[in-house]
Amino acid sequence: MHAIEIRGLTKAYGKARGVQSIDLTVESGAFFGFIGPNGAGKSTTIRCLLGLLEPTSGEVRLFGQPVDRRSRAALLRRVGFMPGEAVFHSGLRVREVLQLSANLRGVDCTAEADALCQRLQLDRNKKIEALSLGNRKKVSIVCALQHRPDLYIFDEPTSGLDPLMQRAFFELLQERQAAGATVFLSSHVLSEIQRHCTQAAIIREGRIIACAPVETLARTSARRVSLHGVSQAPDLPGIRDIRPLPDGVSFLYSGGLRPLTAELAALELADLTITEPDLEEIFLHYYADPAPTKGDLAL
Amino acid sequence: MTVFKHEMRLSWKSLLIWSLSIAALMVVCVLLFPEMRGEMEGVSEIFSSMGSFTAAFGMDKLNFGTFIGFYGIECGNILGLGGAFFAALTGIAMLSKEEAGHTAEFLLTHPVSRRRIAAGKLTALLTQVLLLDLLAFAGGILSGLCIGEALPWKELLLLHTAYLLLHLETAALCFGLSAVLRRSAIGLGMGLSLLFYCLNLLANITEKAGWLKYFTPFSYAESADILSELTLDLSLILLGLLASAAAVLAGFLIYDRKDIL
Repeated sequence: MHAIEIRGLTKAYGKARGVQSIDLTVESGAFFGFIGPNGAGKSTTIRCLLGLLEPTSGEVRLFGQPVDRRSRAALLRRVGFMPGEAVFHSGLRVREVLQLSANLRGVDCTAEADALCQRLQLDRNKKIEALSLGNRKKVSIVCALQHRPDLYIFDEPTSGLDPLMQRAFFELLQERQAAGATVFLSSHVLSEIQRHCTQAAIIREGRIIACAPVETLARTSARRVSLHGVSQAPDLPGIRDIRPLPDGVSFLYSGGLRPLTAELAALELADLTITEPDLEEIFLHYYADPAPTKGDLAL
Repeated sequence: MTVFKHEMRLSWKSLLIWSLSIAALMVVCVLLFPEMRGEMEGVSEIFSSMGSFTAAFGMDKLNFGTFIGFYGIECGNILGLGGAFFAALTGIAMLSKEEAGHTAEFLLTHPVSRRRIAAGKLTALLTQVLLLDLLAFAGGILSGLCIGEALPWKELLLLHTAYLLLHLETAALCFGLSAVLRRSAIGLGMGLSLLFYCLNLLANITEKAGWLKYFTPFSYAESADILSELTLDLSLILLGLLASAAAVLAGFLIYDRKDIL
């Protein structure tokens, strides 16, 4: 079963770029990361998923059912959503916001809300306008989690949360996923996607440019080579992203090892490391190239 | 029901402030009446001979020297215009404020259809208008009793029914408008209610502009006409109800299809 299924989704509006013919499938039970820089179309895609926007063309399905004007309210019953902006009606207290969210869903989730507030150290008697960004984010998290939905959708959830809270947040999500739920989160922080997600899609300028298991995305023939004791990178095809180091130089290399080792043998090296690039570097690579075609995973 | 309660909880303070301000102004006016009654005899004559100015405010038909004549002019203006401002401001923000205040992503991602949300908000809006008019009515009646007037109930009820309808129509029109807005539009709301008010003044001044009365709800809430005819202009009211229904219906349809940015 697919928790999320997007086919040929295009959404154009105003001057904003929107998204263009997006295809995306998220299996039930997946922990899915949606990566892209600000303005790439992450929020637009998520808003189409939630029925906030109507697609210009294409189709969006949740749990196998198309999302449209008639179905969206029923489908949202099984979804917990955390918006990018944690904004609530001012004048309310935290407990009133949580209660409002539960009432709108027509369910009583007091016990779950209590447990979540305790874990996230959220004071329910505070007024919304007295909360810091991080604490408002926590209110959003509890609203998304308290009714124990089947699908969690988070739009940039960790911005504004301190590292300890980020850890608590991901622990919660992993528990929910272990219990069978699907998690879909957007982010521009790659390390958190790499650490927590099993699957990921990269979106750039309104198009999906890669979608694969995180390991596959991270697996690449390219290597980060750091040379110490020399200031010039060797002149070889397949070398890019050359960066100076305090005592040397580092670059990404994709190509055969023999030409590289031959070149290196001729150098007076103080030290040498060759590592796999992290997802961050691969990600930057995707963005640096002028719009590689979809599915272009060969780095 | 949840949306209705939520709306009422968020807006009871502003409702209270508006209601009390309007009611207080009316009470002060009514309490001043006994002192002014004697002087009013002369004032009425002056007012009734000021040409188009007289006609604009309907003072050619009203007797300032009687309680109900005075009440119709003073309270008609305070409650008529004040209530219309409140109805317009509350109505024009009703649907658009979630996007303007960035709370739409929270509210509209709950399993409640847009129609139900709009219905809850409309009910809250009309309830607030009704409460404001009831409070103002109570203020007028109580202060009238305070100065020992024998209250002409029929006239009072007709006047206040007309004001209530005026406010409900203004609220409904602005509610429909708020479905297409994404930002708060206080100026638009104020402007619209002032425009309606001025259209009615113009319609009163000359026969030539008489047709303008079909474009403003103030035309059926005209104290001078109501008190001289002792009846409400049902055709104008029907027209207003139709316009209100059309605006609300359009609001619902648009809101259901609206892209929430």
